[in-house]
Amino acid sequence: MNDWLLALIELILFVALAPLFSAWVKRVKCWLQNRRAPALLQPYRDLRRLFAKQVLLSHNASPVFRATPYIIAGATLLAAAVVPFISVNLPTAAIADVIVLAGFFALARFFLALAGMDVGTAFGGMGSSREMTISALAEPAMLMAVFTLAMVAHSTNLSTVIDQLLAQGLVLRPSLLFALLSLVLVGIAETGRIPIDNPATHLELTMIHEAMILEYSGRHLALIEWAAQLKLLIYGVLIVNIFFPWGIATSGSPGALAIASGVVFVKLLVLGVLLAVGETVLAKMRLFRVPAFLVLALTLALIGLLSHIILEVG
Amino acid sequence: MSTSLLLSAVLLLPLLSGVAAFATDRQPSLMRWLVFPLLGLAGLTAVGLGGHVLLHNTIETFIYAPGLPWLHWHFRLDPLAGFFLVLIGIVTSAVSLFGPGYVREFEHGKQPLSVLGFFTGLFVTGMLMVVVAADAFSFMVAWELMSLSSYFLVVYQHQNPANRRAGFLYLLMAEVGALSILLSFGVLAGFGDGFSFEAMRAAPLNLTWASIAFALGVLGFGMKAGLVPLHVWLPEAHPVAPSHISALMSGVMLKVAVYGFIRLSFDLIGDVHWAWGVALLIIASITALFGVLYALMQHDLKRLLAYHSVENIGIIFMGLGLSMIFYGTGYPLLGTLGLVAALYHTLNHALFKSLLFLGAGAVLQRSHERDLERMGGLLKRMPWTGLFFLIGCISISALPPFNGFVSEWLTFQTALQVPNLESGVLRAVIPIAAATLALTGALAAACFVKVYGIAFLGKARTRRVRRSSEADRGMVLAQALLAVLCLLFGIFPTAAVNAMNHVTRTLTGETLSTATANGWLWLTPVSADTASYSAPLVFVGVLLALLAWALMYYVMRPTGRVQTERGDTWDCGFGPLSPRMQYTSTSFTMPIRRIFAPVWRIHEELERESQPGLPLEPKQIRYQVHAEDVTWKWFYAPIMQLLHATTRRVSRIQTGNLRHYLAYSFVTLLLLLWLIT
Repeated sequence: MNDWLLALIELILFVALAPLFSAWVKRVKCWLQNRRAPALLQPYRDLRRLFAKQVLLSHNASPVFRATPYIIAGATLLAAAVVPFISVNLPTAAIADVIVLAGFFALARFFLALAGMDVGTAFGGMGSSREMTISALAEPAMLMAVFTLAMVAHSTNLSTVIDQLLAQGLVLRPSLLFALLSLVLVGIAETGRIPIDNPATHLELTMIHEAMILEYSGRHLALIEWAAQLKLLIYGVLIVNIFFPWGIATSGSPGALAIASGVVFVKLLVLGVLLAVGETVLAKMRLFRVPAFLVLALTLALIGLLSHIILEVG
Repeated sequence: MSTSLLLSAVLLLPLLSGVAAFATDRQPSLMRWLVFPLLGLAGLTAVGLGGHVLLHNTIETFIYAPGLPWLHWHFRLDPLAGFFLVLIGIVTSAVSLFGPGYVREFEHGKQPLSVLGFFTGLFVTGMLMVVVAADAFSFMVAWELMSLSSYFLVVYQHQNPANRRAGFLYLLMAEVGALSILLSFGVLAGFGDGFSFEAMRAAPLNLTWASIAFALGVLGFGMKAGLVPLHVWLPEAHPVAPSHISALMSGVMLKVAVYGFIRLSFDLIGDVHWAWGVALLIIASITALFGVLYALMQHDLKRLLAYHSVENIGIIFMGLGLSMIFYGTGYPLLGTLGLVAALYHTLNHALFKSLLFLGAGAVLQRSHERDLERMGGLLKRMPWTGLFFLIGCISISALPPFNGFVSEWLTFQTALQVPNLESGVLRAVIPIAAATLALTGALAAACFVKVYGIAFLGKARTRRVRRSSEADRGMVLAQALLAVLCLLFGIFPTAAVNAMNHVTRTLTGETLSTATANGWLWLTPVSADTASYSAPLVFVGVLLALLAWALMYYVMRPTGRVQTERGDTWDCGFGPLSPRMQYTSTSFTMPIRRIFAPVWRIHEELERESQPGLPLEPKQIRYQVHAEDVTWKWFYAPIMQLLHATTRRVSRIQTGNLRHYLAYSFVTLLLLLWLIT
């Protein structure tokens, strides 16, 4: 029972911190680009404002359009529940392994793309079409990276994977290095960051995610924005906790938990800085350059897999 | 009631339904009150009998009087047959609910209803008989009954030349396939000295002959199931049949081919070789990817669904291939995992593909449209069909917590067990196949976003679609039944796996007891540490999200604390949006068409009707894209050329001169005399 309580607390913390992580990335980007940064609490204020506003629906919106924000929020919450944030071996981690995690994101994306097509504008269809194309290409790359991890750790349960990697100690594995690179590329594509998509623009030629949610307003928009921030944090936590698992709490003692919270906080700060640097030095790609980007991710994952088979086994 | 009596009922009821159909020419309402209820009863009996055999793990053999004098018909009930009886029974029951409403439009058509009813009955009888047949003779009789009666159903509306062409292609390929199956049985019967499956099972085969029998089986059953490049009849024949027949053909008949393949390779041949698994895995991966890429390019709804059947058959055979690899290299437990994944996907595909075909049928009947480009906004006109079609779309796109996800997840888990294998090549090939599966799944999701988004969401594109209304009650109930089953098999996978354990015990000698070892809440295919999935909890999570919506919508909104207002869609300030401004099916898949361009032979047509004096402002622009199946050019055209060349050579002896023919007869007679003496 205690474990479930701890899992619930971690989930609440996870969800509560998601806007902060986005704010941190934005702040570092502003510093790098010589702009004045908004307050770290700005995303929270935006969410509060959106939740209070009334919803304006298109005449053509069907129930699918109205249910979508809740389904996206629900699926992303489920995803957050299974990712080990501060401690491993929580009961919620067994609900789903990493393939099911990808399934949660796919479910959210499916409904978001449907909602984009629901109001009957060209923008929505354009966003849906692009989003589904990019995700179709990202999926095999992600799965190959997951395969590499699963082969190293003999498991697809995230908690077990982290346990295994901790137990194996600090060994430099080329396979994991390639898998990390691949997963970073996939993460960038899936969360719609530069150079795949620019979350800060509404230019019709380039937008993907924003095109699908153009018709959303009020609490619906708030839920979708929050889910997007949560998804970014999930990918961040996945990367720091799987590839740099040191410091994560393996027991439920308060001391270990406090240390783990501090460590994961610092790791995420560093990751946020790296993401901001990346977004500052790169420009957004043309849509038809994206396949090359994702094929690179797939190739990296394949090399990782092969190097595991050739170098590390037997 | 004894199983023997039930078995007779299962085989005779659909036959009776077919015969009863002859009375409908004078009394069309009999279709509603007699023919379809009998078919439904047959379906329910099949579910009952199959469920009984499956759950009680009984194996019984029956010998019936018809057949050859020295070979009576053998029927055998075992868990594998039981599993497929349940599958056929479920879909047949749903179809019999759907049928009465759907065939009403044929009542005043050019063809008599009796033909449709008669061949439907024969078709279902044939399929049910295939899965219980226990000797090659009755198997082939049942198989041909199934193939031929479905041919007549495909050409039911034969005034349309496309239907006749599709029917001929189907018949041709079905017969070539049947010949191949016959030869495969011939090999087994030759070594086993008998045509009963009992004798074939005991046949002492060396690897070469076993491989030949296996290859012939892949050819024969693969032709029926639709493995690439033998799939070409499928996207032609399935769309032109009446929709409830399409559901039976795509949902069930392809599964009967899967049954035949499993029976042949796992049961009759017995010791599978791992190399067969590798070959099958490669063919299956190509089939899956090919199917989904072609499905993406279709805008005829039923044709699109037919190509998705090709894709799903690929996924099923991937599971079977993985199973053979593990089973053949000495890991029977992992082989069992692959087999369970394949069987589960077989069941799931039967459910959601029938559901989607029935939905397409309802749309076709109400709007008279099969072309996606002319649909739109159907969810508002047909809310129930729209809801169930959405469930079908989610299931086939393999999204949690529905059933398609479970079986694909199990297939992935099987592939992930690859570190157990010794061979480095296999360890590299299997993950690539799994990546293909991931790509296939993601593309399928893209395709069904397209289908649902274009057909059911947005605005109606034509007047006929705008005026369509909900289908009648029976048709909606049939879809509801299948949709609920899709959900149930998605959230209680442990129960389904438990039932399938009986099937695997008779085939591989192993059960997947670890999968359900941690209670009904957790599905753990190998061990709890390796991977686990709790479908019920995921379902609760999704349900809570929907409850939050319902709370907002039904509780908070009436209090006035949350407000929702309706307004126009944003039009960039350029005036009203028209339905023609929406994305179309062709434009939705344009990025994919560009990325995977070499896969298809794309024919683009652009017609421009210009206005006099205004060359830059054409009055009308027509743009059409058509993706041609490359197998015609690369696989079938060479075969046809060879055939033509050979026949041309042979035709040289046909001089038309009487003396030459007399000489031929004389030489033939001499030859025969020489042979005899």
